[in-house]
Amino acid sequence: MSIRLRELIKAVRGCKTAAEEREVIAKESAALREAFREQDQSYRHRNVAKLMYIHMLGYPTHFGQMETLKLIAGSGFPEKRMGYLGLMILLDERQEVLMLVTNSLKMDLNNTKNMYIVGLALVALGNICSAEMARDLAPDVEKLMDCPAPYIRKKAALCAIRVVKKVPDLLEQFVDKAAELLNDRSQAVQLGGATLMLQVARGEPGLILELDGSVVAKYRPFVPALCRVLRSLLQPGVSPEHDIGGITNPFLQVKMLRLLRLLGRGHTESSDAMSDILAQVASNIEANRNAGNAILYEAVQTIMGIESIGGLRVLAINILGRFLANRDNNIRYVALNTLAKVVSVDTQAVQRHRATIVECVKDADVSIRRRALELVYSLVNEANIRTLTRELLDYLAVSDTEFKPDLTAKICMLIQRFAPDRRWHLDQLLAVMLQAGAFVKDEVARALLVQLANTPDLHAYAARAFYRALAAHPDTAAPSLLTTAVWVIGEYGEMLLPSMGGPLLEGEPPLAVSDGDIVSLLEMLLRRHRSEHVVVEHVITAAMKLTARLPAQVARLRAIIGRFTASSQLEVQTRSTEYGKVFAHERIRSQLLERMPALDEAEYLKANNLDGAAAAGTSAPPPRQPNGSSGGAAPAAAAPKASGAADLLGGLDMLGGAPAPVAAPAVKSLVDDLDALLGGVPAAAPPAASATAAPGASTAAAVAAVSDDLLNLLGVGPAVPPAAPPAPTLAPSSAAAAVDPLASILGGPVAQPISSTLTPPPAPASALPAPTTIVAWQQHGLVMSFALTKHPTNPAVTEVVSTTTNNNQTDVTDFTLQVAVPKFMQIRLDPASGSLLAARGGSVTQRLSVANSQHGTKQLVMRLRITFTAAGGQSHEEMAEVSNFPPGY
Amino acid sequence: MIRFILLQNRAGRTRLSKYYVPIEEKERRKLEYEIHRLVVNRDPKHTNFLEFRTHKVVYRRYAGLFFSMCIDPSDNELTSLEAIHLFVEILDHYFSNVCELDLVFNFHKVYLILDEFICGGEIQETAKKVILERLAELDKIDT
Repeated sequence: MSIRLRELIKAVRGCKTAAEEREVIAKESAALREAFREQDQSYRHRNVAKLMYIHMLGYPTHFGQMETLKLIAGSGFPEKRMGYLGLMILLDERQEVLMLVTNSLKMDLNNTKNMYIVGLALVALGNICSAEMARDLAPDVEKLMDCPAPYIRKKAALCAIRVVKKVPDLLEQFVDKAAELLNDRSQAVQLGGATLMLQVARGEPGLILELDGSVVAKYRPFVPALCRVLRSLLQPGVSPEHDIGGITNPFLQVKMLRLLRLLGRGHTESSDAMSDILAQVASNIEANRNAGNAILYEAVQTIMGIESIGGLRVLAINILGRFLANRDNNIRYVALNTLAKVVSVDTQAVQRHRATIVECVKDADVSIRRRALELVYSLVNEANIRTLTRELLDYLAVSDTEFKPDLTAKICMLIQRFAPDRRWHLDQLLAVMLQAGAFVKDEVARALLVQLANTPDLHAYAARAFYRALAAHPDTAAPSLLTTAVWVIGEYGEMLLPSMGGPLLEGEPPLAVSDGDIVSLLEMLLRRHRSEHVVVEHVITAAMKLTARLPAQVARLRAIIGRFTASSQLEVQTRSTEYGKVFAHERIRSQLLERMPALDEAEYLKANNLDGAAAAGTSAPPPRQPNGSSGGAAPAAAAPKASGAADLLGGLDMLGGAPAPVAAPAVKSLVDDLDALLGGVPAAAPPAASATAAPGASTAAAVAAVSDDLLNLLGVGPAVPPAAPPAPTLAPSSAAAAVDPLASILGGPVAQPISSTLTPPPAPASALPAPTTIVAWQQHGLVMSFALTKHPTNPAVTEVVSTTTNNNQTDVTDFTLQVAVPKFMQIRLDPASGSLLAARGGSVTQRLSVANSQHGTKQLVMRLRITFTAAGGQSHEEMAEVSNFPPGY
Repeated sequence: MIRFILLQNRAGRTRLSKYYVPIEEKERRKLEYEIHRLVVNRDPKHTNFLEFRTHKVVYRRYAGLFFSMCIDPSDNELTSLEAIHLFVEILDHYFSNVCELDLVFNFHKVYLILDEFICGGEIQETAKKVILERLAELDKIDT
């Protein structure tokens, strides 16, 4: 005998432990299964109710889903009511079972005897219908929008929203219907109609109606009708049952204002037509209750969103000013929210409230802080950057940890964009690195170094500033500060000595250091940061460079370098060993270690998109047009031979770090091998690799081979006989690639700038047919297209360039693409051009090459695994199959 | 559009959860837990709004119960607050002086009431009286 719902709830509430609760539920679930098996009709109603309770507690209930369908198929109202409720709670649109209910729904929608049954069906349809159901039942919904009972009309209107959301093709048939509802005598139906109009007009911006343009244009003639409805709502006491705090139906008023905004945007005539009523709303609504403020808030947004006249805007801005001064935090929050939208329209008006906004950045409430901060960013300009940065830095010191990454990134971006002079830029970034170095991105530090290299006046100052920072915070300094500072000290170390550094800049405290102190600092850093390989790598390089700058300390420096020849870290060991070898070539050592040449700053900033968006980071340079590359390569190639030799160190540097740009083919094969290992993607040996290193050679051998080649190229006697043909016989592409590491200068961090002005990986520019392009995958605002070209000699091989474009309004980060193919195909994946897809059109390309061993009998097919992080840190993992390759591939 | 509505007590027990967008069961538990943690420690003087993932949560506390509504970032937060209050008033009238236990034992009724107020994530009826009368009629034929 089954128990009643009430008893079940009591039993569960009486449970002392989770285990007890599980036992009660298990027992009850067993009883329910039994009852369902026996087709027990009399208690089905109650059993489904219990099932919903069990579901709410988080236990599985799929075994009872069919029961809800049986209840719905019944004839009585109570059964149907419980059945539909169960349907909405226990199932959702993704379950196939849902399809089975379509027929019952259709019958109930057409029930002529009991309108409440129709209402039940409409609510269920409006809440969980799937696309198929929407298509099947759309005509019934449309019909019900004319039903005499307002109870049905309002439900049908909302149901139509769900239908057009699921099946945008059906939009057109609801366009007129929705507008008709505006004249309904029931406010609930008007509300439903306005909501539907918003959905229809917004739903498919590209939808062009056959005769008369866009939906918005079609709705513009309804502006007077909307104004009329709004005006009637402003009359006091017009409809007491919709009254909330002395205001008639704020929900409907807000909806109307929103619709007006959509219709008035970019259209002067309509904007004029609604300005009277907007002024009336803005000046007459009482702001002492939440309902009134909700309307004012919406009205302000509408006024600022349409083509309003000046007077009206002043009214709106004044309301925002009052909001901002309000004691209620909710009101201040919406004020900040609106100001952020207004700032692009009327910056002056927002600037006036700057002091208040900056205060809000320090508010105790995180919601307010976030909004205010957002707003501060958009308020910064050259005139106020100094004050605002100081405020933001003060705040950075006390802000919550979760807030810091975002804040840091924003401050860095502002400094980069608005810095009034370079010394200030350096000082501020150094301050940020000291306070929140862990969150400073590599690109920011690199941009700073590029800038520094171009500003000889600041070399000594920068060296002193970083030295002071390291000496004061040797333990707490974050890797970003350590690497940057060590790089600067390595580069300009001798200027630290009072005799060499020239006069102090204004307001700078004197610094008394000896050459021994500098070396001691490096030694100390090595002791404290042993485990940070990046730091160790930088220290070794800096020590190497200092051997040319501080002649008296060569022995100590050499000892530092020599200490790591047996390091278990490949990159550290490589640097240590190779730098050690340089001492064998005393004749060229000082040339080799010359200061870095100045870089083309504008080019660097452009290539790295440092106008706010984070750059492509440590991954390969962004794709460039082949025709632009020849020009870009020239200056780098023309760099003096001596500094070219010096650059060798940089070239070597590049080989170790896995994320470094693909330089020489050997590295490429290495990366491919890694890819194959990590991703399980079968990697064919790249053809070019055979020139320098046999595929599958140990990584160390490959690296050595390349460094030999480089030495070769420069005419420096290699320590080991070359394993590969000498440089001139290298394919032109690899020669170009070899210039790449040459140009990429000492010390990893600046490897990016020059290489980005250079030739991209070889594009076989010779007579190739124009690529065929297909869309391989498309989701979440990302579009991935494949440009396909056949191998010129072997038709079984297809070269694919995948280009993924981000059409979202926000950046997409950590983008990776992995590809798998059936056994009879072989695929090789080159590294992607980056992992960041900047908002609004940022893209990443990746080259793949597929060999189809059954070419001619079987079509190309691939499976993709795409991972990325969207705005707000939400990570996605998508799988997709690409089988739409054109015939012949 | 309202994406989901949650009713949780201070201890984090979900008393009602209504989702208007498809979300996996596991994800639902996770976000219910997250939202509870976010709202329960907030100062009453703070805003009733939270930025939650890519959306906003508008919440309001009534005695030991938190009513939370997840909305689109472009929606009017103040209106959502008003909607929560209206819903609570309806519950209060329906159960005459509602308390948490009413909601526990009559959870299915709460869903039915909500379905008369909101449909598919949009507000359906704004007149309290109309909803209450309708519910009385529905209950009469539901025997």
